[in-house]
Amino acid sequence: MRVAAAAKPAPARSEQIIVFRICGELFAVSSASVQEVRSTDSFSGASTEISVAGLRKVRHVVRRGERSLFIVSGALHFDLPPAPGTLVFVLRKTRTALLVDGIEKMTAMTRLQSLPKSFCHEERLWYRGLTAVDQTVIPVVNPEGFLSPEELALLDASMPTLENRSDEDAEGTVSAS
Amino acid sequence: MTVSAELELQAFVLLRLGERRFAVPANQIAELVAPSRVFKFPHRTAQIEGVILRRGRIVPVCDVAESLTGRRVTSRRLYLLAVRHYGAQTEWVALPVTGECELINAEMSAAAESDAPHVAGWLSHAGDVIEVLNIDAITPGPGEIPAEVETTHLLEARP
Repeated sequence: MRVAAAAKPAPARSEQIIVFRICGELFAVSSASVQEVRSTDSFSGASTEISVAGLRKVRHVVRRGERSLFIVSGALHFDLPPAPGTLVFVLRKTRTALLVDGIEKMTAMTRLQSLPKSFCHEERLWYRGLTAVDQTVIPVVNPEGFLSPEELALLDASMPTLENRSDEDAEGTVSAS
Repeated sequence: MTVSAELELQAFVLLRLGERRFAVPANQIAELVAPSRVFKFPHRTAQIEGVILRRGRIVPVCDVAESLTGRRVTSRRLYLLAVRHYGAQTEWVALPVTGECELINAEMSAAAESDAPHVAGWLSHAGDVIEVLNIDAITPGPGEIPAEVETTHLLEARP
């Protein structure tokens, strides 16, 4: 007589995350959403300074082939005190590169709780939800929440000027100040 | 007391915010807990102070004192975990209170049209007339989400 094997409990699904800092605040992002992590130094030579009225959080753009990648200051996006930032996360499937202060750790989350409905303003776009890491609650950012379609349209509208400037530049890039 | 009179009595939790007392129907209270660490992160919902962790749940902390009494609570003794309705769904919301809470049975008078939206009714207790709070009206919720934000969120939720 064959005895049915005891069903093993399914392992808890987990998602790898990067916990990072901006102005002392902790945030997390799914590792799968981060295409590259670069130092600001390595980006500065390839970026062009831009200034769009009402969009202080974007000061630089990087051309990558046909695409423009907008560097968003995490500090200004989250209404935190302005900070220079030392690392840039290039976010996959977006046109955003996020400027952060540093990486705290890489870990796994097994539970993502949706943002409580009491939070009812822009933060609903900013965050995928909340998770607890080492008994600390951390918001998990939504990679698509840094630039709205309207903001992208504004930035795109400023691009022809940039392209003209790039034409004037022999290498097609201007160093970020 | 007659049977019909008994049926009209309802259980309420009396809470204190500064100098004033308010009531919440007891069936809308999940728990009364000691203050614990409030985790704060950037957001733009002014009434929400942060979140607490309670039995694995992440619960928003909503300071309702300022809108009810004009002053924020500086010292808090307890968090009242109230049940907030969002349509058919419910979520807990933690309300900081400044004094002991009391469970009473009382009869509630319905709110008048002229009463503020946060007033669910009135009750009389120990010589005081006390506002019964409408938790759904006094805590923020999706009704405050600007139309374009709500739309984007719904689109994101599509499979």
